[in-house]
Amino acid sequence: MAYRPMLEIVALEKRFGSNTVLKNIDLKVAGGELVFVIGPSGSGKSTMLRCCNRLEEPTSGDIILDGRNIMSGTSRDLNRMRLQVGMVFQGFHLYPHMSVLKNVTLAQRKALKRSKPDADARAMDMLERVGLAHKANAYPAELSGGQQQRVAIARALALDPKVMLFDEPTSALDPELVGSVLKVMKDLKSKGMTMLVVSHEMAFARETADRVVFMDGGVVVEEGKPEEIFGAPKAERTRTFLSRVSS
Amino acid sequence: MDIFLDQFFNLAIMTKVFPLLLKGLWMTVKLCIAVILLGLVGGLFVALGNLSPQRWVRWPTVVYTDVFRALPPLVLLIFIYSGLPFAGIKVSPFTAVVIAFLLNNSSYYAEVYRAGLISVAKGQWEAAASTGLSRSQVLTYVVLPQAVRNVLPDLLSNTVEVVKLTSLASVISLSELLYSADMARSVTYNASPLVLAALFYLVLLWPLVRLVSHFQRRLAA
Repeated sequence: MAYRPMLEIVALEKRFGSNTVLKNIDLKVAGGELVFVIGPSGSGKSTMLRCCNRLEEPTSGDIILDGRNIMSGTSRDLNRMRLQVGMVFQGFHLYPHMSVLKNVTLAQRKALKRSKPDADARAMDMLERVGLAHKANAYPAELSGGQQQRVAIARALALDPKVMLFDEPTSALDPELVGSVLKVMKDLKSKGMTMLVVSHEMAFARETADRVVFMDGGVVVEEGKPEEIFGAPKAERTRTFLSRVSS
Repeated sequence: MDIFLDQFFNLAIMTKVFPLLLKGLWMTVKLCIAVILLGLVGGLFVALGNLSPQRWVRWPTVVYTDVFRALPPLVLLIFIYSGLPFAGIKVSPFTAVVIAFLLNNSSYYAEVYRAGLISVAKGQWEAAASTGLSRSQVLTYVVLPQAVRNVLPDLLSNTVEVVKLTSLASVISLSELLYSADMARSVTYNASPLVLAALFYLVLLWPLVRLVSHFQRRLAA
């Protein structure tokens, strides 16, 4: 059987006015693979991630999700595509006026058109999975940052996405809360979820990533297995970045 | 002192004109319901137009809010009721009042909504959109409830103003509360009906005013 990536980024380019933030990015993520994207701030890694579900509109290039190009189609197709691409944000962005349970069921009900019992059951399963079933009736403001982020993960998972995008999921968390979120991500990985992660958690990348991509100045500088990137980086820019981060 | 009481708090007269004023009050309430509901809905659409990325949508709604906030509502009312017939368009007093005040207050409501919509963090839009919800679903279930909550005191204050505004309808002889009271005054040669009408307005608006303060304090906390 021919190798077909779950997510493929082809010649992606993004310009804001005259400022080019992504130049000719090519990246493939295989099914069940965890690809970690690292790089200095302003390197374009978050923008690249946001292009993958078109929260950011690419200037040119293609995004292929499970064999389908998501750059074509109507706004209806766009919404359908987003159901298959879960996203977790740095700032959690739970809906503050809804209970945890409603946060996780809203899109199931309105976008997937699941029945209320089905959506509730699915939500409870997912909350169980992130260890927060007992908080189903709480409101986001009553949760810690780590708990909020886990609810956000459950919200995305409840839609049965093919790919999960993580945009610095632990950067807004107090250090003691980071572990709980990483644990959930590790569990996801072990269950075969395809994941593209932008993060600064180098130790986590070293331990769980299948591949690490280093970006700088809007281009992919190098990519490889974690031990290659962290152990023997080829590019000078990668070496400089890693020495700065680890020190 | 007796003269004062007799002129302003004549219970016999108040009792006599009470049914008439009650009818006036009912008309005022009907006006309020029409104008407030239409204003709340119309204002929302104008606000959404105001925030539209499309210039051909945004531009007309911006002009709309500017013009109708600048025009005195009484001028608008008299123009619609007494001016438009010169163009062959004749409307009932009730319709004239509803149209005039709708144009006016939907512009004010729109400004309040706009502030509310802007106050909702961009991340809420993005998170909701990323779960496959359509734009209108994001607006309905995620953004609007938060926006309205953030500007609830202002929406209520504006509503208080709208209720007070309806007394202008007396100018075109619509028999709402103030008009009825003034009729009663001219028939009885006594100011007590006006005092009674003022009391009616107080009863109508005082709870709303209290509510505004309540929400303001709660939001400040």
